Amino acid sequence: MSLSHETIKEKLNSQFGEKILHWEESYGMLAATVQHDHNLKVLSFLNDEPSLGFQFLTDLTGVHYPDRKGEELAVVYHVHNLKENVRLRLKVFVPIEKPDVYTATGLFSGANWMERETFDFYGINFIGHPDLRRVLNVDEMDYFPLRKEYPLEDQTRIDKDDEMFGR
Amino acid sequence: MTSEQVNINLPEGSIEKKTTRLNLGPTHPATHGVFQNILEMDGERIIKAESTVGYIHRAFEKIAERRPLYQITTLTDRLNYCSAPLNNMGWHLTCEKLLGVKTPKRVDYLRVIIMELSRISDHLICNSIVGVDTGAYTGFLYVMQYRELIYEIYEEVCGSRLTTNMGRIGGFERNFSETAFRKIEKFLEEFPGVWNEFENLFNRNRIFIERTVGTGAISAERALNYGFTGPNLRAAGVDYDVRVHSPYSSYEDFDFIIPVGKTGDNYDRFMVRNEEIWQSLSIVKQAYQKVQAFKGTEADVYHADAPEYYLPEKADVYTKMEALIYHFKIVMGETDIPAGEVYNSIEGGNGELGFYLITDGGRSPFRLHFRRPCFIYYQAYAEIIKDTMLSDAVVTLSSLNLIAGEMDA
Repeated sequence: MSLSHETIKEKLNSQFGEKILHWEESYGMLAATVQHDHNLKVLSFLNDEPSLGFQFLTDLTGVHYPDRKGEELAVVYHVHNLKENVRLRLKVFVPIEKPDVYTATGLFSGANWMERETFDFYGINFIGHPDLRRVLNVDEMDYFPLRKEYPLEDQTRIDKDDEMFGR
Repeated sequence: MTSEQVNINLPEGSIEKKTTRLNLGPTHPATHGVFQNILEMDGERIIKAESTVGYIHRAFEKIAERRPLYQITTLTDRLNYCSAPLNNMGWHLTCEKLLGVKTPKRVDYLRVIIMELSRISDHLICNSIVGVDTGAYTGFLYVMQYRELIYEIYEEVCGSRLTTNMGRIGGFERNFSETAFRKIEKFLEEFPGVWNEFENLFNRNRIFIERTVGTGAISAERALNYGFTGPNLRAAGVDYDVRVHSPYSSYEDFDFIIPVGKTGDNYDRFMVRNEEIWQSLSIVKQAYQKVQAFKGTEADVYHADAPEYYLPEKADVYTKMEALIYHFKIVMGETDIPAGEVYNSIEGGNGELGFYLITDGGRSPFRLHFRRPCFIYYQAYAEIIKDTMLSDAVVTLSSLNLIAGEMDA
């Protein structure tokens, strides 16, 4: 493996400096936290820079941290350099009142539905997305179900009277 | 009629050119699953397609946030239900990575047997359905009894067939029985002949070739850009396979090749899956021999030593205090899992099946995300079938191996 974690760190730090807020390494995967308005710049640098070559978007998803005030929502990207077989995780935190990040659909066609899914469940607004609609839930839904303020149904409730699917 | 009068010239604009809107799905026999495509048709040619998914969304990611790890296995069954044990094993491997559980070699090899058998059953269904959609029902019915045999092996190992809930964190719930090994032997012996016949029926069949060669093609660049993985990506010529790139469950001990295609069309996808079935068979054979090589007490090893997460023997629960405590804590889901963030992926039936698990130290995940290969590559469908015939679009749909359960989570 010629592309070491140190090299990636060095390259990103020298290019973006303080815009990379935090580095960590967990279970063998390097993870960087990026300032939220720089997500697309970092992704395209990772994509275009020949010595980095993270050209495959493995996964894109959201996370809700209700305790992190001012940066409740996170968008997590997993990018993969298939040649060197190195994976990298990018995290972007945004406030829940204004959850705006730039879309990655220009770089990866596959990001289209993944971003729609993240919008669907977390309400993250991907600026510049060509078709930001709900993808798995019904269009009429007016909340974002995977946010932590929506608890699952109480398993012990008894007020439900359902003859067909009674519990 | 004289020759000058052949063409009837109508004044410009007197015939309005109209397209037809056609709903393919949500429930249509040719879609083999619940998804809708709204097609804009010019005659039989598709000029625009729009895919709608989510008809069987069951909020697994949300449900998982309340469940202890071992109860999430049953959710993974219902992703790609054509190869449920693969998802189960992927989930166990993710948990083991998070918890730092090291599995013995015999467990790894038993898992490899199960994973490759389910890959065979997954590809077998996909390829025979491609056959059905091109008009050959025979192959499908013929190989179906061998999927049945695989299901019997599952049944022998874990007690159920389709949604298996197979294995536990650290290994299997019980050792493979003698009957299970006999059935694996039977499968290894009989299946090659059957698959040969299946291949004879299709591989050089002129009707089949004309229906599949050159239809539903996607280039390697587009496939990578769309996040394709698995056989669909390999059919386009990229030799990416998680089993080889980041070996898990001791795949590095096995000798096999990654088949790749060239054009990424329906025929290449079919052929890649065919070859993968042969490779999987060879892996099962190797794993079976490795398992048989364990003698004495080693042959009784079927789980790792992870008492906090692996249910103790029932007899011990009645007689030993530690076992009773662990049994209670596991069953009630009161074991706290360490805080961490882990992404783990395996080579699923139709691509890289990933589990992104965040825990905060509680009893259940803080967040669990499934990277479902189907969901990611299905978005390319509209682009692939643009400007093709409707009948080709149906073949493309089945050769992409779309599983609605996996797509909608």
